[in-house]
Amino acid sequence: MNGAAAILKALEMQGVDTIFGHPGGTIMPTYDALYDSPIRHILVRHEQAGVHAATAYARASGRVGVCMATSGPGALNLVTGLQDALMDSTPVVALTGNVPQHLIGTDAFQEADVVGITQPVTKHNFQVRNVNDIPRIIAEAFYIASTGRPGPVLIDFPKDVQQAEFTGSFDVEIDLPGYKPTYKGHPRQIERALEALQKAEKPVLMVGGGALNAAPEIVALAEKTGIPVIPTLMGLGVFPGTHPQCLGMPGMHGSVAANRAIHHADTILAIGLRFDDRVTGKVSRFAPHAHTIIHVDIDPAEIGKLVKTTIPVVGDAKWVAAELVKGAQKLHLSKWWAQLEDWKTKHPFAWKPKPHLQSQEVIQAFWEATQGKAVVTSGVGQHQMFTAQFYKFDAPRSWINSGGLGTMGVGLPFAIGAALARPGELVIDFDGDGSFQMTLQELATLKKHNLNVKIVILNNGFLGMVRQWQDLFHAKRYSEVYLADSNPDFAKLAEAYGIRGITLTDKAKLHETVKEVLAHPGPVLLEARVYHEEGVFPMIPSGGAAEDMIIENPRETVAGD
Amino acid sequence: MRHLVSVLVQDNPGVLQRVAGLIARRGFNIESLAVGRTHQPGLSRISLVVSGDDAVLEQVEKQLNRLIEVIKVTDHSEPHVERELALVKVSIAGMEERLEVKDIAEAFRARIVDVAKKSIIFELTGDSTKVNNFVEAMRPYGLLEVMRTGAVGMSRGEQVLKVREKKAV
Repeated sequence: MNGAAAILKALEMQGVDTIFGHPGGTIMPTYDALYDSPIRHILVRHEQAGVHAATAYARASGRVGVCMATSGPGALNLVTGLQDALMDSTPVVALTGNVPQHLIGTDAFQEADVVGITQPVTKHNFQVRNVNDIPRIIAEAFYIASTGRPGPVLIDFPKDVQQAEFTGSFDVEIDLPGYKPTYKGHPRQIERALEALQKAEKPVLMVGGGALNAAPEIVALAEKTGIPVIPTLMGLGVFPGTHPQCLGMPGMHGSVAANRAIHHADTILAIGLRFDDRVTGKVSRFAPHAHTIIHVDIDPAEIGKLVKTTIPVVGDAKWVAAELVKGAQKLHLSKWWAQLEDWKTKHPFAWKPKPHLQSQEVIQAFWEATQGKAVVTSGVGQHQMFTAQFYKFDAPRSWINSGGLGTMGVGLPFAIGAALARPGELVIDFDGDGSFQMTLQELATLKKHNLNVKIVILNNGFLGMVRQWQDLFHAKRYSEVYLADSNPDFAKLAEAYGIRGITLTDKAKLHETVKEVLAHPGPVLLEARVYHEEGVFPMIPSGGAAEDMIIENPRETVAGD
Repeated sequence: MRHLVSVLVQDNPGVLQRVAGLIARRGFNIESLAVGRTHQPGLSRISLVVSGDDAVLEQVEKQLNRLIEVIKVTDHSEPHVERELALVKVSIAGMEERLEVKDIAEAFRARIVDVAKKSIIFELTGDSTKVNNFVEAMRPYGLLEVMRTGAVGMSRGEQVLKVREKKAV
């Protein structure tokens, strides 16, 4: 057995069934071994799509996603996706080929310092220099990727290591003396957290992507205490969006109720989130009335990084939440809820109807038609925020988007990864005309595997979010955001790949078109030509606070507009 | 505020790059970084001098701890020994100056390690303040080269930086 065969055997032993990749010179020995392996390989058309698909595979399934690329350009195309997975704490293992060891450092063909370049964008990375280290390093990589705060790990295999005769053992022990994540929260800290909750008059429970595995415990905690729940963009689905105690997401395009609740809260219990600037706005003005912030996170470095924490609890969200459920009691919050209900009723996510087709109604129509049961992905921009606002996620791992890095173009590769992770389930990619064009070559991958992915391009002919900022903050100087004059006919584009393409322009035909899209087996691309100057609201301008929230589009306050 | 931080690491290839890269990327200010092997095979020890308030120091420690190859991080706020080695090449114009710089060197307990016609190299060990003072004392005579190792340190007494026993999770 050579190193390449050992790589695949070790991957099999980790339970890997799918690899997203693209071959090339230095990874060819491993592709040769793949020919005889039971592991399924999904050939993407660009390596970046491979790492994004692996990310979505991980997020949709809860298992480690795996991608593979060749040296130099292949490996460098992974960089964006690795940072994306790092920022959204997703377990991914990336395998890269490299030039043979005797050529490393000589500027050989397709050589790049991949280990050096990917250090800041991975949780950890390795270069295998001895063929017999393959099983141990692969075991360590999967362990690091999937435990503690999950993240991407890259393993670089020089070509000669893949070709060398393997004489080692697969019975390996992980040896990581510097890596011991803490799972159990400190009992005294949990006690203090419970005491603080008991005293709270205006508490909120915020949950993020770190609580993905703790959904049942979060629901139990919320229902036992009666506390209002605010899932962040990454936490949507951790707590059901249709639950009466759900206030919606917080932050820049969050709900009025969520942002006001945080602003007026006296106690914040935050589980598995990192107080991103898109959530807090200006940190010094964040939650000014909260005398107690309880922060539960498995990564100690997140605690106190941005927001001053009163009660830190380092531990696994599921474990800590379960302990909190045990000790929690019913809170008396009728006054607080009266206020919250008022905000919820007065300011739900809403839009002003126009004669044109609108993004929000398209998303809402799909939500209604699918009863909220689809796995949903998106690109980055206005359509992503509209999806977060109008598709109510009731289950964890049903919403896969790029929260931390904000990577345009993830929608389609995310949808492919999710569809392969969850066979038999419906996947919808709500995409933008800008985002979609960054990775549209993956229509080929979609067609090849005939996946049940419905791409819904909300085409407003603009880079809408940038246009919105230009509208509000740059005196409507629309610099380089206009796409409509050179966008393709998206339905025809899909048809060119052998995928059913549908165009919708007429508002009146929305519901029948949604039905048509969902009824068609296999992939469909729906181009919805939507109102081109829509804005996402509410909005807290960058660097602002909850009090600066713009609830409705200021350009549309004129009656009859 | 100035903090001396010791970091015990696995001496895998690239570990220094990981530590240095992390510090640069997170925008921490460091005065110096010194690294060397320990008595235990496979383990190296890094001394960092970091400036910043307590919150910055806490982040430095926590972020360093996130690195897989970092085994232990400690801030030497407790009684500790701190030393830095410096080589200082001073230009010598004449006999009178030669005697003067030798007098100063003696006061600092600096050793002469090289003597040439127009220069002397001194070797000096001490904490960073002492090295600073020595360098300033020699400046008027003409500094030709200064090479400092950066501070290294360890806690006094029984307290040691070591590999933790495996903790049950």
